[in-house]
Parts: sequence; C-alpha cells; structure tokens
Amino acid sequence: MKRDVVIIGAGVVGSSIARELSRYNVDICVLEKASDVCEGTSKANSGIVHAGFDAEPGTLKARYNVAGSRKMEALSRELDFSYKRNGSLVLCFSKNDYPKLEELKKRGESNGVEGVTILTGDEVRKMEPAISDEVVAALYAPTGAIVCPFGLTIAMAENAAVNGAEFRFNEPVTGIKADGDGFVVTTDKGAYECKAVINAAGVYADAVHNMVCADKIHITARKGEYCLYDKKVGGTVSSTIFQLPGAYGKGVLVTPTVHGNLLLGPTATDTLDKEEVNTTKTGLDTLQATAAKSIKAVPYRSVITSFAGLRAHEDGGDFIVGESSVKGFYDAAGIESPGLSAAPAIGEFLAGEVAGYLGATEKSDFKATRKGIPNVALASKEERDRLIKENPLYANVICRCELVTEGEIVDAIKRPVGATTLDGVKRRTRAGMGRCQAGFCSPKTLEILARELGTDITKITKHGEGSEFLSEHKGL
Amino acid sequence: METKNLTCIGCPMGCALTVTYEPGNRDSVKVTGNTCKKGELYAIDEVTNPTRIVTGTIRVSNRKNLVAAVKTKDVIPKSKIFDVAHELMKISVEAPAKIGDVVVADICGTGSDLIITRNVE
Amino acid sequence: MNTKIAIIGGGPAGLAAAVSAFDAGVKDVVILERDDKLGGILNQCIHNGFGLHTFKEELTGPEYAERFIEKVRERNIECLLKTIVVDLSEAQGGGVTVTAMSAEKGMFEIQAEAVVLAMGCRERPRGALNTPGYRPAGIYSAGTAQRYVNIEGKMPGHEVVILGSGDIGLIMARRMTLEGAHVKAVAELMPYSGGLKRNIVQCLDDFGIPLKLSTTVTDIKGKDRVESVVLSKVDEKNNPIPGTEEEIPCDTLLLSCGLLPENELSSMLGVDLSPVTGGARVDESLETSISGVFACGNVLHVHDLVDYVSGEATEAGKHAAEYVLGKTPAGEEAAIALETGNGVRYTVPSFVRPGRLENFLTVRFRVGNVYKNPEICVYLGDKCLQRRKKQICAPGEMEQVMIKKSDIEAMAPGETIRIAIETE
Repeated sequence: MKRDVVIIGAGVVGSSIARELSRYNVDICVLEKASDVCEGTSKANSGIVHAGFDAEPGTLKARYNVAGSRKMEALSRELDFSYKRNGSLVLCFSKNDYPKLEELKKRGESNGVEGVTILTGDEVRKMEPAISDEVVAALYAPTGAIVCPFGLTIAMAENAAVNGAEFRFNEPVTGIKADGDGFVVTTDKGAYECKAVINAAGVYADAVHNMVCADKIHITARKGEYCLYDKKVGGTVSSTIFQLPGAYGKGVLVTPTVHGNLLLGPTATDTLDKEEVNTTKTGLDTLQATAAKSIKAVPYRSVITSFAGLRAHEDGGDFIVGESSVKGFYDAAGIESPGLSAAPAIGEFLAGEVAGYLGATEKSDFKATRKGIPNVALASKEERDRLIKENPLYANVICRCELVTEGEIVDAIKRPVGATTLDGVKRRTRAGMGRCQAGFCSPKTLEILARELGTDITKITKHGEGSEFLSEHKGL
Repeated sequence: METKNLTCIGCPMGCALTVTYEPGNRDSVKVTGNTCKKGELYAIDEVTNPTRIVTGTIRVSNRKNLVAAVKTKDVIPKSKIFDVAHELMKISVEAPAKIGDVVVADICGTGSDLIITRNVE
Repeated sequence: MNTKIAIIGGGPAGLAAAVSAFDAGVKDVVILERDDKLGGILNQCIHNGFGLHTFKEELTGPEYAERFIEKVRERNIECLLKTIVVDLSEAQGGGVTVTAMSAEKGMFEIQAEAVVLAMGCRERPRGALNTPGYRPAGIYSAGTAQRYVNIEGKMPGHEVVILGSGDIGLIMARRMTLEGAHVKAVAELMPYSGGLKRNIVQCLDDFGIPLKLSTTVTDIKGKDRVESVVLSKVDEKNNPIPGTEEEIPCDTLLLSCGLLPENELSSMLGVDLSPVTGGARVDESLETSISGVFACGNVLHVHDLVDYVSGEATEAGKHAAEYVLGKTPAGEEAAIALETGNGVRYTVPSFVRPGRLENFLTVRFRVGNVYKNPEICVYLGDKCLQRRKKQICAPGEMEQVMIKKSDIEAMAPGETIRIAIETE
C-alpha cells in the first residue's frame, strides 16, 4: 500500500502537522521511534507559549512563534488542553542593561507582539511581590502564556488519529530512498512507500534530512535541566519570569506551570549524545543559583523532581521549515525554543504546502474538536457526582496527590493513540506527577495497564521496551 | 575464649553487648553491657544457638498477582533461613486461607510449622 | 449523614482510635478508608516484630492489624471502605464537614462532631532528594517495592542498592535477599543509621550486607532501566567528597530516606502544623489547633513502632469521645508550652493544659543526633525535675518521658516545660 505522507516524529511538531494534514483527504502515517507521542524534546521543556519578542525579526522563529502564539488559545478550546495566558516579564538587573530592554521591546513590536510595555522595578514588584529587590525594570508582555506540553501534543495526535492518521510507535527510521515520484521509508520493522515525507524528527532531524538531501544540515542537542516544585509554592509567581541576558549569562526562567507547580530552568549545555537526558549536580545547582537572582527566595526544600530535555539546535540558528532541495521531502528541523509555541503554526503551514503538493482536497467530515479525559480533580462536586454515576471508576482514586481516578486512567489507555506505558498514563492524566512522584500509585497504575492491555504486569514499561519494572522470581 | 560484640534486639533499646565464651560451652558465656535479663539470654542464645523467625510469601495457586504471607510459627535455627526461603518458592496455597492456617508442618525439619499470616480472600 | 466521630484512615491509628472512642462511650463512630480493606500499610509489612508491647507477643503486620480489625468488627463500628476523603472543613455551628467520594455513594458529606486524623505518612521520593542522573525504571521507594514483593509477588529487581537506612529499607534488604536478589549495599547519608538496632542486626548483619555510612547516591546511570549508581562519601555538611566515587552496577535503587506525615487534608481544614514533624501541633489530649479535631499515629509524627501508634491512637480516640460527650476536663487555663532544649528535635505534645491531665503527662520526642551516655533532662521553668541516664539516644528511636500532673500544676505562670539532652 502506498501512502500519501509519512511524518517522521510524533512530538509536538509531528503531531501538529498530522493534525493539520488530517483536514485533507490524505493517507497519513506517523512513524515514531519511541513508544508514545511526546517522548522527546516535547516532554521536557518549559511549557511556555512565548509572546514572540525574543526572536530576531524576519526569522522563521519570529514568524511561527507569533503566529503559533496567536493560535494557541483557540486551539486549547478546540482540543481541550490546559492553557493559561499569564503574561511574561523579562527582568533587568542593571541600569546599564536598560537599552537592551528597550531593544527587546522594539523587537517585540516589529514582530507584531501586542501590548509590550516596560515597567519600573517597583511596578514589577507590585505585580509580582516575590521578585528580587535588585530588579530595576522589566519588559512586560501580556500575551505570554503557559501550556501543558503533553496535553497539547497528545490532543493534536488524538485529533489527527480520529481524523484518520495512523500512528506507529517503536519504529525508528533507518533509511529513506527517493523512489520515482515518491519515497520508501524503512524502519527496523518494515518499509513504507509514500508520495511525500515530512521530517519532524527533533534532535535527529539532521540524520533524517541527510538520508535524502545533498545539502546537509547539522543539529546539536542542547541540554536543559529543570527543577519542578510542589504546588504549595506554585503561587510564588504568577507570570513567567525571564532574565535579560547579562554578564552572568543567558539566565533561566521562573514560571508557574499550567497545573500550578513552580518550574525553574533550563540550563544550556551542548552534548554529543542525543539521548543524554540526565540531570547533573552542577546543572541543578547552577540553575537554582541563577533563578535565585530573579526571586527573593527559591523554595529549595519543595522540589519534587528534576529532569532534563534536549533542544534541537541547528547550526544556522533558525528553524528549517518547508520543502527541502528534494521535491516532496519537507523539513521541520532545528525546532528549538520557541518551538512549542510555534508548533501549531508550523503544522498549519506544512500541511498546506504538502496538501498543495499532493493536490489533496479538504475533508468534508473533518472533526475539528476533541474532548479531553474528564478531570476529576478539577471537576465541581456536581460534575464529580455525575461522572461517578456514569462510571463508578471515577470514584476510585489511584493517584492521591493529584487526585486521579481509575476512570481517567482507563480512559487514557482506551483513547485513540492511547497510553501503553506508565509515563504515557502520567502525561495523559497526571497520575504520578504529584509530590509523592508515583510511589503510591504506580503499583495500581501498572495493574490497570496490564488489565486493560490484556498483558502481564511484568510486560508493562516506564517508556517502552527495556524499561520494564517487574519480573518474576529468579529463585535463590 | 572468644569475644563477640552484639547488639541486643530484645527491645528498641538495642544494648551493646560484649560476649565472651568458649565455643560449644553454654555455661562459659559471659555477657556485659545488657540492662536486663533479656539481653543476657539473647547473647547466650546468639553465640550458642542463634534463631530467627522467617517470614515471606508463597504463591496462591488460584489467584493472579497475589501472594500469601507466611511465617514460621516459632523460631528456627539461623542456619536454616535459606532452606526455608528456598522452600517458600516451591510451595503454594489455595485461596481462601486465613491467618493461622498451617501450610507446611515442621518446615525443613525445623520443628516449626509454616503458617498463614494474612487472610487470603 | 451525621456522625459523632469521623476517623480519617483505617490503618493502625484509625483502628485503635475507633475502638477506644467506642469503648469510651461513643457508639456512633465511622472509619473512612480509601483502600478496599482495613489495616493500612500493615498489610504489606509481613515481617515479624509487631505487637511486643501491645500483645506481649511477636506478630507480623497483617496479624497485628487483624487483632484490631477484629475489635472493630466486634463493636460493629461502621467502616466506609474504598472511600476517599477529598475535603475537610469547619462546619458552621461547630463540628467538621467531611467531604468524601466512593463508587457506591458518589460525592457525599458527613457532618461530624469530632474528627480523628489518622491518614499516616508517605515516603520521601527521589525527586525530593534532587538526586542527579537519569530517570530510568528501577528506582522505587522502599515501600513501593515492598508492596510489589509482599502483595503482588513480583520482583522489582535483582541487583539492588538501597539509599537510606530507614526501617523499611532495612526490612527490604532482607526481604529482597530472601527472594533471591543480591543486595549490594545500603548507603546512609548520616554517620548513623535511622533504623532500629534489631533491623540492622537481623536484616543486614545476618546476610553480610554492607552498611555504608556518610555515603549518598550522586549519580544514577541507565536510560531505560537502572544500570548502575554512583556512591560518594559525604563530608560533615553532607556534601559529596570528590574522588570518593564508587560506581556500583545494579538494576534497582530502593529509597528509604524518610517518611512524611500526609497532612493535605489537615491543611485544608486549617490545622496548625509543625514545620519540624510536618504533623499537627497538638496538646496533651492530642487535640489540634482546631477544637474537636484530634491527630494520632504517623500523620502526627512518624513512629518507629506500631505499638506506639496504637497507644497514641487509643489516647486520641478516648479524648475525642470525651470531647463529644462533653466530658473534657476543664483545663481552660492558659496552656503551657513544651520547648525543645539541646538535642531535642520536637516534642509531642507541643503544649499542655494541666487541668486536662489525669495523673501524668506523657511526652514523646526525638533527638537530632546520636548521643552516647546522655541524660534526658526535664526542666519545669528553671528547675530540673528529672534527669534520666541512658546508654544511647538516637534519632531513629523515639524517646518518652512522663511528668506528674502535680509537678506541672505547681509551675509558676509563664514558665515552660523544656526537654533537653545533656552529656558530660
């Protein structure tokens, strides 16, 4: 069977492209090397929808960031994922740096970012009392927002699947051959003939691109470490707090997450190993020390987890989006920050391009909306009561920290592009994301996964083959 | 004479005991550091005939992902701990079973029965 | 629904509190338990050593729990299982509104005249330790591993390193060994173990498992499953000492790094919490800052023996009953504060109303370090009332002193009670 399009990568960009392309009468197959959507860069980032003042005017980063940011709120309603417009502040710590703040404001204006203003130190502290006394001024961008990166990616993937896109997991692409007017994409499990290929392979987008194109690209994995803090300190700040790059380096951000935690990060260190997602003592110490410049008190004792992600930095410094030198082969490469913000716009653009190339028509029965898993924790008493009457599993609390019920976990497994791993359940329901970090719920979640997937509990993994939790006794 | 330093386990006090003894001669054992009679008895036993209660789990033949909890009803020689642990891997019980049910009498020739310690429904 | 006393949690504390409240004359008691059975964490504690104080015999956890479950059954005390309490709030006109949910009843409220908080505690996870490294499968808190092994009969791993020498970690070292795993080391950040002596003897020494003191995990390797951990020695400020790294190949890291009282519901209710214990600040009757709300067991402060939990809960249940029956002895005079002197981390209670005491005030406390040949001293005001010699005091073992009611009543206004550790 010859497909129309193979999308390589089921991160936020691949999922966005799949969702937008599923508006058209096109056969879509998404190939993902990991066991789930949102397993690479998309799962470990700041969760920020950047207003768009940071990118150099005229770059693709600027273009897609502003466009994506403008789309995000409507998309969050259409696809039911968590989004909050909380505004962004860029802190300036020295009068000498003031011109840089003005420059940033100008840049924002020329990128078309609405409402950018400069506040005095006192105005900032009035708005955010936790901000350090050393802050002399700040840029305020009211359109800055926060989003659940998992929720966004999963929502788009689910919606794509409902509209006919096929997702194939655990299939790393091993080769691509241009074949007449199409391509043959091979994985370790099979070969996929298609008319067009879209490369959304994150930190591996260079390898995928270079399989086909003579003009090579090169991506460096840039590690960013983060610390996540307990919800009880989630209200430390309400806006996303950036630091104006200064003598001390690029700075780190302090932000509430859309679920009410506090997040600090990221660091930036280049690494040769594109799977090197470990945290380091130096990294964690540095990031907390750097964040300490922004706020009066870092709540060190309330940290609940730390993690690291890898950004795909292309040598040219900008996104690579569009048709490559090979007809029918499209890139969404070098998608580092503000990639999450840009993803909806990149998806829309590339889907349009590819549909045009294929001469595809729009579907008459495209389902543009998607309803997420019921959220018992956030539901009102009446809604909870109704949910429980409808399905008693919504009363069985599995994750006590985040109040996630068995009903939600079963939903997460049974949905299109459903969860098959513990991490998959966690990203879809928040089970295990609270302060006990899955100590209490993981035995129960494993049991539910095994039951719903009709497999043995020893086969259930954290994030795919090789990450099994349990085994039978080996004997003495 | 030999000397051994032991930590008394008779109670949470955890007295530091010093025991001098002639191996094989129970009457030769001298204990210091204990604050009660229990400490002395523990030390004498520990250098002449150390014993333990073994607890563990066994399979439940008619249940999945559920094991039954068991223990030796009485203390057994310390040297037999692994014999019992080995045996536990081989045996199973059928649900239902209740606390106190004897699963194996005189397990591994220890003179102690193996009994259920958690109700299996 | 209405009740006289709602007991939040059906573990050892909740069970003992319910029985005691009932026996003190309040028959209208309800236990709310989120699991499908009573007994709480005791169900997975299948090792022996429980009940020496309470029953004068050595029981396993489930056996110990069963004794109390029997008592609850004999008294026909109502137990709502598979019921999670989602909110506690002070009701208008007194008492507490307990909001709960269950499959059977949906969302529902209970109006209780008094509440006993008995929610227990949870384990400190890896994230809270901020241990750097990868985040593969194979890292478990010791209690989670205990559940896998002792309830489900599955092995969480085969080559094991344990961080933290808390009792659950020590118990799991033996348990994993008897199930055929190779426990390579127990690393402890502090220069002493936080576990009970007999657990060090019977769980580590018996099996030749090394206990590495002043040592911590400084890196976790392995992308999918744990492949090794790096242990480092730490200095007196608990900072890793460069050059002392030792990489130990293993597939499993168990964490036994402390227990944290689970007081989310108490916070919702507005109960005053101690920053040291993470549990409520209570008076001699185990009553919290909110009248009619009592706390006991590990939700109040982490205990090392379940017997002490039962004892404390029995007190809490009795006082809750007295409260409901209007029998609380006067004692409305100004409360006397208990202060922590040298070496004492906290005391339970935090304050006392002498008029409410029967004959004695029992003060439970923990020390912050290991003290050899210390004296436990009780000061009433400036006067040293008691001086008790001990061979050793260690953070892992809870201490207790008793003070006569008459001595407290003789105190001058404004004086405080101070417990201190003194060494020569």
